[in-house]
Amino acid sequence: MGGIVGLPILGYLLAPLFSAPPDELVPVGAISDFPLGETKLVSIRDPSPLAWAGQTADTALWVRRRDASGPTMFQVFNVNCTHLGCPVNWQAGAELFLCPCHGGVFYSDGTVAGGPPPRPLFEREWEVSGDRLLVRQQPLPTVKQG
Amino acid sequence: MSWLRVVAKIPREIAAWLDERFELEDSVMAVLRHPVPRELERPVGWWYVLGSATLAIFVMQVVTGVGLAMTYVPAPNSAYDSLQFISHEATLGAVVRGMHYFGAGAMVVLVLAHMTQVYLFGAFKFPREANWLTGSLLLLATLAMAFTGQLLRWDQDAFWAVVVAAEQAARAPLIGEWLTRLIVAGNNVGGATLTRFYATHVFLIPAAIFGLIGLHLYLVVKRGISEPPVAGLPVDRPSYRARYAEMLRRGIPFWPDSAWRDAVGAALAVVAVALLAAILGAPDLNKPADPTNVLADPRPDWYFLGYFAILALIPPATEAIVIVGLPLFAFTFLFLVPLLWPDGERHWSRRPGAIAAVALPLIAYASLTVAGIESPWVPKLEGGALPASVTQGLGDAERRGADLFVSKACFACHAIEGAGGRRGPDLSHAGSRMSRDQTTARIATGGGGMPAFAGSLASSELDDLVTFLLTRK
Repeated sequence: MGGIVGLPILGYLLAPLFSAPPDELVPVGAISDFPLGETKLVSIRDPSPLAWAGQTADTALWVRRRDASGPTMFQVFNVNCTHLGCPVNWQAGAELFLCPCHGGVFYSDGTVAGGPPPRPLFEREWEVSGDRLLVRQQPLPTVKQG
Repeated sequence: MSWLRVVAKIPREIAAWLDERFELEDSVMAVLRHPVPRELERPVGWWYVLGSATLAIFVMQVVTGVGLAMTYVPAPNSAYDSLQFISHEATLGAVVRGMHYFGAGAMVVLVLAHMTQVYLFGAFKFPREANWLTGSLLLLATLAMAFTGQLLRWDQDAFWAVVVAAEQAARAPLIGEWLTRLIVAGNNVGGATLTRFYATHVFLIPAAIFGLIGLHLYLVVKRGISEPPVAGLPVDRPSYRARYAEMLRRGIPFWPDSAWRDAVGAALAVVAVALLAAILGAPDLNKPADPTNVLADPRPDWYFLGYFAILALIPPATEAIVIVGLPLFAFTFLFLVPLLWPDGERHWSRRPGAIAAVALPLIAYASLTVAGIESPWVPKLEGGALPASVTQGLGDAERRGADLFVSKACFACHAIEGAGGRRGPDLSHAGSRMSRDQTTARIATGGGGMPAFAGSLASSELDDLVTFLLTRK
């Protein structure tokens, strides 16, 4: 009896462990949206969000336009600080990412400039398709990746 | 007036009818009247009310929690709005939510106070080890309730707290990534996350708490309430039970001789929480949860601020140990306490180690909490300006430097005359500490926690900035 009740409920509750992580490129904007040398916040939408997910179906990313074209054209960063995951903030004047939780600081290329973060900001795979910038979806945690 | 006499008899007759049907005299009343040591009649008995006060607040949490659940909508697109409705529009909503909020803080404080008293009185020793162990599980459950409850606000604090919890869980060896996927119930914090935390907060953990409280109270009655400790009278396992039985023969009934203090203690706790709620109301929510709004400044509730502060203050290399190891060590120690020291002296005056084991963590956590409230390591992200007294009478280059100080975010970490961040050194008197060359080199190359600005400042800008800083004598 325990098994009859237990197995379905266990499978139901543990389902997130067995679902495949997303592996999809999602458009985040036109290339012309990203002026050379600037770093901008973009949001991407979960490809198949739950109907009641509201604002949480979105994820934010920092996109830095480094070059006019070529493989070093963009750098796409997770907003999560590599320390504990709080959202880092781009300070255009200082050209630094600052974290509000424990004071992590990153340079514009994502490398650590100060504070507790153990490694550079996590970068996302990106691709240019026509005049659109596409970014690969990624699950939490960011810590174990890269 | 014979009808008056008839009416006066009604309550007694109802009581007699109920008594005959339920026969509580040899069950519930017998348990309530169980004997307790006579010493509890003395003022020392007041120390024994903390557990009852905790239980009363728990019942209040259940009642106010059920009330909140009548209105709260546990879905990401509605949770925040439903809480705003409870806090600002629903009749007495602010008071009910306030009671639940202050009640949560009171639970944490009272559970810890109760445990501290039990620990210092040596009441966890033989034969009451299992009382301590069930109590320790109740502490864990209380902290889990506090954390999951904060997430249900679904504001920016809550959202980023889930993200931080998920990222911290990922550091656990072997099962880290699984744990993270289970916490967020999927790939990212989203539609499935909040409902899981809600079900955990209102069904799973409370069910465990009900069971544990039942077991805890069973043990309290079965093992008997411990006598106040006497210095020089250690617990000796072979003879303790006989001595305690002898003590109970001279004892007093818990109800009503000792229970009235519990009732007073419980009432005081509930009144205090209700007053706080009535006067201060429900705490304001932060901005609604929004993964795309990175202008967040997430903070946990006050009793978790010390842990929040630790993570900013320890050397990064020790983090994995602290995040996983420190809570693990603390709770392992907690569970080992009655197993390692089941007998011996009970009185705190003969247990200096026990006093240290209470005082040192208390002082440390209090200092960390103060640090967490001040959070000097956090850069000042939102705008600001240097005070007029600083910018008055500056020359052209100096003025340009003062503007750069703000626009290049030096201001985020360094203060001048009280304005600015506190992460780096105060620069009110920078000019009297460092020469032009030293200042230029430090800004250009950074070091000691400071970023290098050579890449983001033109050399003329760097000159102007240094010129300005040198005016600060």
